[in-house]
Amino acid sequence: MSGDLLKVDHVTKFYSASGMFGRATSPALDDVSFYLAADRPEIFAIIGESGSGKTTLARIILNMLAPTSGTITFRGSDLSKIHGRRSRLEFMGHVQPIFQNPFEAFNPLKRVDRYLFASARCFAERRKRAAQEVAADEALKKVGLSIAEVKGRFPHELSGGQLQRTAIARALVSSPALIVADEPVSMVDASLRMSIVNLFKSLRDELKVSIIYITHDLATAYYISDRVMIMQKGKVVETGPAREVLSNPHHPYTVLLRESVLSPDDADRPSALSVPAQGTVT
Amino acid sequence: MEAALSVENLRAYYLMRYFGVVREVRAVDDISLEVRRNEIYGLAGESSSGKTTFIKTIAAAIRPPLEVVGGSIKYSFLDRDIYGLSPEALSAIRWKHLSYITQGSMNVLNPIRRVRQSFIDFAFRHMGRSKREFFEIVDRHLARLHLAPTVLSAYPHELSGGMRQRVAIALATICRPEFIIADEPTTALDVVVQKSVLRMIREAQQELGSSMIFVTHDLTVHANIADRLGIMYAGRLVEEATTTDIFHNPMHPYTAHLVGSLPRIGDSTPKKALAGAPPSLADPPSGCRFHPRCPLAMDICRQAHPTLTTLAANHRVACYAASPLVKRSAEPAPAPARSHLDGEVIGKAMGLVQ
Repeated sequence: MSGDLLKVDHVTKFYSASGMFGRATSPALDDVSFYLAADRPEIFAIIGESGSGKTTLARIILNMLAPTSGTITFRGSDLSKIHGRRSRLEFMGHVQPIFQNPFEAFNPLKRVDRYLFASARCFAERRKRAAQEVAADEALKKVGLSIAEVKGRFPHELSGGQLQRTAIARALVSSPALIVADEPVSMVDASLRMSIVNLFKSLRDELKVSIIYITHDLATAYYISDRVMIMQKGKVVETGPAREVLSNPHHPYTVLLRESVLSPDDADRPSALSVPAQGTVT
Repeated sequence: MEAALSVENLRAYYLMRYFGVVREVRAVDDISLEVRRNEIYGLAGESSSGKTTFIKTIAAAIRPPLEVVGGSIKYSFLDRDIYGLSPEALSAIRWKHLSYITQGSMNVLNPIRRVRQSFIDFAFRHMGRSKREFFEIVDRHLARLHLAPTVLSAYPHELSGGMRQRVAIALATICRPEFIIADEPTTALDVVVQKSVLRMIREAQQELGSSMIFVTHDLTVHANIADRLGIMYAGRLVEEATTTDIFHNPMHPYTAHLVGSLPRIGDSTPKKALAGAPPSLADPPSGCRFHPRCPLAMDICRQAHPTLTTLAANHRVACYAASPLVKRSAEPAPAPARSHLDGEVIGKAMGLVQ
């Protein structure tokens, strides 16, 4: 098992929603298992619609939430055994999150650079401000920015793309082995989206970071990921190499997802959505 | 064919006056377009491209500091400019002739009233019928849109996001309006629901024979629903053509980039990203607003801003570099370049970029 970077083993999560209407019984996650190999960095996409449990899974992997049953091991050590500030910070240094909306991830009243410096202080043991700046600059360079562009700036002074890059740089400050990105491009402008997506590719290829890419966008998942896992109502319905699963889906839900994806090529048949009974289809 | 909506040289600025100093943000700058009868006109643009300001302006739903500085907006069902109407006349045409499908369907429906009440609030006074007749019409309308009549007695929180969006569409179409404005109606929805909601909008539009402006930043949605497409960049319309032309023969470098960088399943060729970021409208670049990011930028692009000119049938482009492209597209187009055309490809073709 030492060959695994992350191993999610039969994880189940119930949210106990006991209230006026009795206890909620359907699990948010139902017996989810997968692993990421340590020696082979990859982009692992988790795909599902809202309510499929993908965000719950992300929170469990980040150790922000404990599973009801099942275990998660990161480099062979059980996440539920992490106690105390020191070991928790060490874990957080190895596994970092990126959130959906960069405008919500950063406090609008605080300068963006403080997040980079705080990460450098907590996860990379940089006590001095000068050392923190060096660490922040190194991380920003990896995403195509520099400390000069970010220092002293508030979130509203940066564009959405720059801000999301800064969020990625913040995650990179501690040189993590795994990044959990929850819908990282869905709030980014169309002309900037590919720059973020391409950045993930280069993080995998050049920095050897494994990325868990959570999305409902099958097209970008196909474009960047090595393996995909399709989830429906907390259950894993299909896992496999991205190209194979998305070009030749087997499970009926994957087939449904695949058929629901709108394609730019539909411009060739503009009446694809119209109804034959209306007599307008050519 | 007579236009359902014709907008001419529309300018709408956010004017902020501080201590006698006026700062202006030109969110809609000199836009002229026509929406034809019975067509879905797609308007694409990123955030801060001014598309929301534009639809607010054409719906006459503006508030200070947003002001219309110039231009005219004429609807086919009105005999004058929409800004020439009294507030009473305006509220009489709203919903009955000009209706609106909003983005966050959760926010349109009152959370503490049943859906039935929302129908009464929105549409009852426009119908001029008795309650009983009104609800017969509502029932028939819901049946046409394949919605169960039980949604009427539900509270919004009891419905899923997709169902709420469908209810919002039913509300917007109940009075059989001539013109519908749809503002990102599918953005918050899941892929599976998205397609069925789009189909519903298409069905409703065809059934009513209405015209529609459909706004979203998602070009793949436009590919599926729009008849014609207008591309906005930094407050200006930069290209307008039929949807097929936009996807197969984009003339503006920005459009070419947007279309060329769309990821699709079954295609894993590397996609180039555009350098830079959309400009701030408070301080836009001189000349063509796209020039700092444009691979084809020439000297003239920095000095003067190109006007939207008709370069081919039904195809208007605002770009100095685009004009020679038209001659190219008159030749038999090389097949593999279609729709994967990006700035560099055009640049190479024109010998402008190495």
